[in-house]
Amino acid sequence: MSSSGASAGAPPVGEPNHLRRFLTIWIVATLIALPLVIFVLGPELPPGHGSEQATGHVTDNTVLLAMGTPVLLLVTIYLLYAVFAFRQPRGGVLEGPAVRGHQGLQTAWIVITSTLVLSLAAYATVRLLGDEGAGSGSGPTPLTVPPGKKLPVQVIAQQWAFTYRYPTYGGVETTHLELPVDQMVELHVTSLDVIHSFWAYQLGVKADANPGVDNVAFVEPTKIQTFEVHCAELCGIWHGGMFDHGHVVSAADFETWIHQQQVTFAPATKALPKYSKTYLPEPTRRGE
Amino acid sequence: MSTTTVSTTPKSARPLWRRLIGFNLLSAVILGIGGYYLGWWIGHLVSEGKSFEYTGATNENDAALLLAYFGGVIGFLIGLGFANYPVSRMLGRPASLREKEEEGIGRYFGLCTDHKVVGIQYLCGIGLFFFVGGLNAMLIRTELLQSNPTFVGPNQYLSLVGEHGTMMMGMMTSGILGPFANYFVPIMIGARRMAFPRIEALTFWLLMAAGFILTSTIFFGGFPTGWTGYEPLNDQAVMGMDSYICFFALVGLSMALLGLNMLATIITMRAPGLSWSRLPIFVWSVFATSVLMVLAAPMLVATLLMAALDRTIGTSFFIPGGGGSSYLFQNLFWFFGHPEVYILALPAFGIVLELLPVFTRKPLWGYRLAVSGMLGVSLLSFFVWQHHLFVSGINADLRPFYMLSTEIISVPTGFIFLCVMGTLWKARTSFSVPMLFCLGWAFNFLIGGLSGVFLSDTPSDTDTHGSFFVMAHFHYTIMGGLIFTFFAAIYYWVPKMVGLNFNEKLAKTHFWLMFVSFNSTFLPLFVLGMEGMPRRVSFYEPKFHALNVWVSVSAFVLGFSMLIFLFNTVYSLIFVRERAAQNPWRSKSLEWQVPTPVPVNNFEQIPVFDADPYDYGTPLAVGPAQPAGAGG
Ligand code: HEM
Ligand SMILES: [Cu+2]
Ligand SMILES: [Cu+2]
Repeated sequence: MSSSGASAGAPPVGEPNHLRRFLTIWIVATLIALPLVIFVLGPELPPGHGSEQATGHVTDNTVLLAMGTPVLLLVTIYLLYAVFAFRQPRGGVLEGPAVRGHQGLQTAWIVITSTLVLSLAAYATVRLLGDEGAGSGSGPTPLTVPPGKKLPVQVIAQQWAFTYRYPTYGGVETTHLELPVDQMVELHVTSLDVIHSFWAYQLGVKADANPGVDNVAFVEPTKIQTFEVHCAELCGIWHGGMFDHGHVVSAADFETWIHQQQVTFAPATKALPKYSKTYLPEPTRRGE
Repeated sequence: MSTTTVSTTPKSARPLWRRLIGFNLLSAVILGIGGYYLGWWIGHLVSEGKSFEYTGATNENDAALLLAYFGGVIGFLIGLGFANYPVSRMLGRPASLREKEEEGIGRYFGLCTDHKVVGIQYLCGIGLFFFVGGLNAMLIRTELLQSNPTFVGPNQYLSLVGEHGTMMMGMMTSGILGPFANYFVPIMIGARRMAFPRIEALTFWLLMAAGFILTSTIFFGGFPTGWTGYEPLNDQAVMGMDSYICFFALVGLSMALLGLNMLATIITMRAPGLSWSRLPIFVWSVFATSVLMVLAAPMLVATLLMAALDRTIGTSFFIPGGGGSSYLFQNLFWFFGHPEVYILALPAFGIVLELLPVFTRKPLWGYRLAVSGMLGVSLLSFFVWQHHLFVSGINADLRPFYMLSTEIISVPTGFIFLCVMGTLWKARTSFSVPMLFCLGWAFNFLIGGLSGVFLSDTPSDTDTHGSFFVMAHFHYTIMGGLIFTFFAAIYYWVPKMVGLNFNEKLAKTHFWLMFVSFNSTFLPLFVLGMEGMPRRVSFYEPKFHALNVWVSVSAFVLGFSMLIFLFNTVYSLIFVRERAAQNPWRSKSLEWQVPTPVPVNNFEQIPVFDADPYDYGTPLAVGPAQPAGAGG
C-alpha cells in the first residue's frame, strides 16, 4: 500500500497521511479482533466437541475465521474510511487524481491472495485426509481410512425415516442410532429411494444417501450425549420431519442395548434381506 | 435490416378491431392457448391405452402436459410474428414484416427489434417475475414464523421454496444482461443495433413464456425438488414438475441465445478505434458472462430433456434401478449450475466498476486487472462444480482438487475488490443513489465471499452443507450482490432509458431500508445454519424459533422496501414526470453523450474512439509518471 500513497503525490499541507491512518486503524482492529476470534469465539464454534471429527471442525472453523477476520476488517474499514475521508463537497465538481493503477501494489495483492488461498487449500486437504475430515461422506472406497478396529453401522435412508443396521450383530436393524463412546465407527450410508443426507450434527457427520451407493464416513464419538439426526437433502414432503435423536453411550451400555435389540427384532431380522452394502431397489416410479 | 412496409394506411387511422388483427400480443395469447390444447390433445392421443408409465393409475399425463407447453410456446411465438420472417424468406419474398414501429407505446407489447425497446421490455417483464418470486419469499417467511407447518403446510411450503428459487434463478440470470446490456452495449460500443435483432427479441419472449409456465405449476400440484430438481425425486413428482422442466429449458435456451448475441455484437460491431483495451468495463463483464451462458446453458437444456424423457417415455437416465444414476443428474446439473452462479455475479462486477469512476471522479483503477479478474472467474468457474457434492460420495478422491479450484477462484474475485478499493482511494466521491447501492454490493459480496470460504473447505462444509448457512451465503452473493447492483443500474440508467428522474428522497429511503433489513434478514441465517437448521424445511426445533421470527420480520421489512421502490417508480415515472438531464451524472461514457430519448438509430454518425471512457481526474502535478498495468 505504501507506494500507492507515494504515487498520488506528496500530500498537500494540512492533509493527513491517509495511508498511515488507515493502516493503523486496520492493524489495531485486527490485533484486537484476532485474539477474541481465536480464544473467545473459537472454542464456542459449532458443532461442539461430540466427536473427534466435530472437534476437528471446530478447529477448522476457527482457522478459517481467523484467516477471514483480517480480510473482513481490511475491506470494511477501508470502505468506511474511504467513504468518510474522500468526499465530494456538497454540490462540488472536483475531480480526483487521475491514477490508473499501481504495478507494485497489484503484484503484491496477487502474490498475497494467492499465497493465502493456496495455503488454505493445502491446510484443508491435510485436514480432509486426516481423521478430522473423516466425518464427511467419502464414497465407497475412501482414500484414507482411520487405523484400528472399527464398528460398522449401516444407515439406510428412505422416505421418510432413517434405520440402522449393525452387520457385526447379526444384521439387526434398529429404528434409532446408538453408538459406543471412544470407538471408531464406520458408517455406510445408502438409500432405498431418492437422495437423502444423513446428518448427525453434534458428531460432525454428514453423508449423502444415494440409492444403490455405499457412502462411507467415519466418526469417533468422544462424549456421552444425545445427538440430533437430520436429513440434509430435500427428499420430498416430509423431509423436514426426518428428524430424530441418537445416543452415544458407554461401551457396556451399548452391548446391553444391542443385545436387547437383537432379541426384540429377532423375527424381523429373519425377514430382512441379507445384509448388503447397497440395496438396489426396483425403480419405484410414479403410478406404481 | 430490410424493412419493407406493406400497409400504406397510417396505423392510427385504422379502426380498433382492424388493429387487433395481425401479429400482436393478442394473437399470441390466442394462438398460445390453441397450441396448448392441441398439444394436450395430441399427448393424450399418443399415450392413451399405451404402456406409458404413469398415465393410468394417477390420472396424470406428463407427455400431454409437456406437449401442451411446447404447443403453447410455438403458438405464442407464431402469434407474435416470429415465424413471418423465416417463412417469407423461404418463400422467396422480401421480409414484409414491420418489426420496428417508429413510435408509440404499442411497440412495447409485441415483437420489436429495436434493442432499446427490448431492453425496456426486459426490465418490466423481469421486474414482474421478480415481484412474483418476492411474494413467494414472503409466504415462505410467513410459514417459518411457526416451527410447525400450519400456514400453508409442508407440501405447499416446498412448492413455494421451489417456485421462489427457480423463478429467481431463471429470471435474474438475465436481470442485468436482459435490460441493461441489450439497451446499452450497442450504444457503448458505438453500434446501431445488436448483431441479431430478431434473436434478441426472441430471448425476451421466450423468457416471458417461461415465466408463465413456471407460475402455472400451481395448477398441477407444484414441485417438491427446490430449484435443483434432483433425481429421482424429480421422477417421482406430480405433473407440476413438468412446469419446472419446461421453464428451465426455455430459460436455458433464452440464456444461450442472449449470450451468443452479445458475443457476436461485442466481437464484430465495435466502432472504429474501440480496441479491446478501451472497451468499457461493463461490456467486458457482459462478454465474460456471455461466454458462460453460451457454454453452460445448453448443458441444462440437455439435462432437462433427459429428465423429461425419464418422466414421459420411461427412459432411465437417472433411475438407479434401471441402470441410471442419481449422481448423473447432480453432475450435469452443477456443471451448468456453478457457471450459472457466476453468470449472476459477473454482471454485478461490471456495474460496480462501471459506476465507480463516475461517482468518484477518478479513472477506473487497474483496468487490466479487472478484465483479467472477470475472464479468470469465467474460466475457472467450469472447474469447480463438484464442490456442491462434497459429502455426496461422488468422486470423493477428487475433493482436494475441487477445494483447490474453488479457493483459487477467490483470487480473480479479489482483483475486483482491489480495483474497487483502488478507485475509491483519494476519490471525490458523491453519494448518489447508484453509488450507495454499489457500496452496498461491496459489503454484501464481501460477506458472501468470506462465507464461501467455509463452504469450500470440505471438513467445514460437512457441517454447513444443506443448512441455512448455504441459504445465507447465496442470498448474500445474489440478493446482496446481483440485486443491489440491479437497483444501482436502475437508478443510474433508467433516467436515460425513459428520460425521467426518480424521486431521490424515496430512492435513498429505499436503499437504507433495503440495506439494513437485508442484513438483518440474512445475517442471522448464518447462525441458524451453523447451529444445525437444515434448509428447505417447514418443521424446525423450538430452539430456532426466536431467531426465525426475527428473520421473518426483517424479511417483511425487506419486502416493504421493495414496495417503496415500486411506489417511487409509479410516482416519479407516471405522475411527476420530471425530465432527466441528458447527462445528470456527468459521465464520460458514450451512452450519456447521445440525446435523451435515444434516437432509433442511436447515432447519426458512427463515433470514432480515441480513448477509454474513464478519462476522469486531474493529472498529477507532481510525482512519478504512472506505471503501466493500467488501461489506455
Ligand atoms: C426478498 C428477499 C428474499 C427473501 C426474504 C428470500 C427468502 C428465501 C427463503 C426463506 C428461502 C427458502 C428457505 C428454505 O430453504 O426453506 C429462499 C430460497 C431461495 N432463494 Fe430467496 N429470498 C429472497 C430473495 C432472493 C433472490 C433475489 C434470489 C435470487 C435471485 C433468491 C434465490 C433463492 C434460491 C435459489 C433459493 C433456494 C431454493 C431452493 O432451496 O431450491 N432469493 N429464499
Ligand atoms: Cu430429506
Ligand atoms: Cu458452485
